[in-house]
Amino acid sequence: MGMTITQKILADHTDLKFVRPGQLLNARVDIVLGNDITAPIAIEQFKKANAKTVFDKQRVIMIPDHFAPNKDIKSAEQCRILENFAKQQKLTNYFEVGEMGIEHALLPEQGLVLPGDVIVGGDSHTCTYGALGAFSTGVGSTDVAAAMITGELWFKVPETIKFIYCGNLNPWVTGKDLILYTIGDIGVDGALYKAMEFTGETIDSLPMSGRLTMANMAIEAGAKNGIFIPDETTEKFIKSIAKRSYKYYKSDANASYSDIKEYDVSRIEPQVAFPSLPSNTKSINDVGHVKIDQSVIGSCTNGRLDDLRLAAKVLDGKKAAPYVRLIIIPATQQIYRQAMREGLFEIFLDAKAVISTPTCGPCLGGYMGVLASGERAIATTNRNFTGRMGHPKSEVYLANPAIAAASAVLGRIGSPEELD
Amino acid sequence: MKLKGNVWKFGSNINTDAIIPARYLNVIDPEELAGHCMEDENPQFVKEAKEGDIIVAGTNFGCGSSREHAPIAIKAKGISCVIAKSFARIFYRNAFNMGLPILESADATDGIQNGHEIEVDLVSGEIINKTTGKNYKASPVPPFMQKIIDDGGLMGYIAKRRVFRNE
Ligand code: SF4
Repeated sequence: MGMTITQKILADHTDLKFVRPGQLLNARVDIVLGNDITAPIAIEQFKKANAKTVFDKQRVIMIPDHFAPNKDIKSAEQCRILENFAKQQKLTNYFEVGEMGIEHALLPEQGLVLPGDVIVGGDSHTCTYGALGAFSTGVGSTDVAAAMITGELWFKVPETIKFIYCGNLNPWVTGKDLILYTIGDIGVDGALYKAMEFTGETIDSLPMSGRLTMANMAIEAGAKNGIFIPDETTEKFIKSIAKRSYKYYKSDANASYSDIKEYDVSRIEPQVAFPSLPSNTKSINDVGHVKIDQSVIGSCTNGRLDDLRLAAKVLDGKKAAPYVRLIIIPATQQIYRQAMREGLFEIFLDAKAVISTPTCGPCLGGYMGVLASGERAIATTNRNFTGRMGHPKSEVYLANPAIAAASAVLGRIGSPEELD
Repeated sequence: MKLKGNVWKFGSNINTDAIIPARYLNVIDPEELAGHCMEDENPQFVKEAKEGDIIVAGTNFGCGSSREHAPIAIKAKGISCVIAKSFARIFYRNAFNMGLPILESADATDGIQNGHEIEVDLVSGEIINKTTGKNYKASPVPPFMQKIIDDGGLMGYIAKRRVFRNE
């Protein structure tokens, strides 16, 4: 019996030759990540356990990004806990405001998470790095504390569902639409406890940005991890930025899968997830008249350079509709600088957008774009749960950056095709 | 260990933003978090849930973020146990790691209504509905998870064993 890429990576991080789905094991971790929400609890646990030092100061990464730059006194206190811990432990990879970005955009960009790694993070979207062919999963703060101390963590080897995408993408269809469509198909617990392995000819030609978006949302189907088999796209992305050595794994031809799903992507139109579950998806043509008050382009799902370029392509020469707030948040400082250099900021400013410093901000209803009661936002983020972006009576609709940009101009949810 | 309490019933896909809205995540104080537990989902819950009460829910309870603030808020609110048809995996891990008892039982969820009084035996997995007299059985806790609970959560487990030997 062969193994999937997920099984192989886990096996290689233990002293075992073969691991089977369902097996409990303790695996070495390559990277442990914490942010300003989850790390303070992990640090408290770390101290309670009388631990003195982290297992490896280069491999424990702290990023204040959710409420940073500090939105109020309480968040300032939280961020200070991270800063003090980073200083005291002499962490190599602590990212202060000014060099930080949204964690899941920042770490791949900095070459800190690599193919073949086992990565755990105190954030559910840690699954993003599966795009690089790593086993990467979100855990809670106690797990982060345990991993920071021992450099290991317990896992149950997941079963894998294989997703095969074939055909050519329609105009304005992106990785975001593929993953929304998939979640719409299998549901928010459709991959519960499992690995989602994304394959097929469409995936072979999907850029890294689209893969990161897809892996990012694996958790929205309940998955433990989402993963892609490394290829030339991976090699091109990683080779000049990797900070250490890495290893490519691929699934054996005779690996076993709990299910196999096939999609003909030529039948997939841009998707919109209606409130208040990411699985509540509709094709853009079936959306009807949904007026919006705000459009948010950013987050760990769609705040990368490709996403901003796509938004700019739609917004070029256009303006946000009256009474619509268009908020654009480049996910990292590097993306911010590059977008500025390419002239995207001119287009955004002309379109009446505000451009924010990198932060999670409105994605989790933190700050910089919180919704009032009854307001509606379209967002390139990953969750549209009740109250996610503000008041419990506000609504969030999820879409790709082209749809979010076009909707800002239209004042209602719509496609770039509707703009002249 | 036996637990007894009144039931607060919730539906499926109760997410971590419902359990503790992200806008309150700029604190880690359990009492403060408990004061907002489930407030967007059911405002009565924060006001009326009593020490020892039990949450019963549908599938995928605790989906969404990895925030441990969710089980912390539930625990600090005095909830003694959560029974659901299934749990989201990070919530499942977190609950065990920090010692919040959780049980999976589809029958119990279907047969127990809001306000019922139930008794739960964590060791045997037996659930008795005192209001209707019906009995249910939850899936047993996997032995490894039981070890974590016995050691008082993951940190206790690590302090005691340091390394976990692979079978
Ligand atoms: S951008 Fe949103 S989903 Fe991503 S890490 Fe930040 S809060 Fe979480």
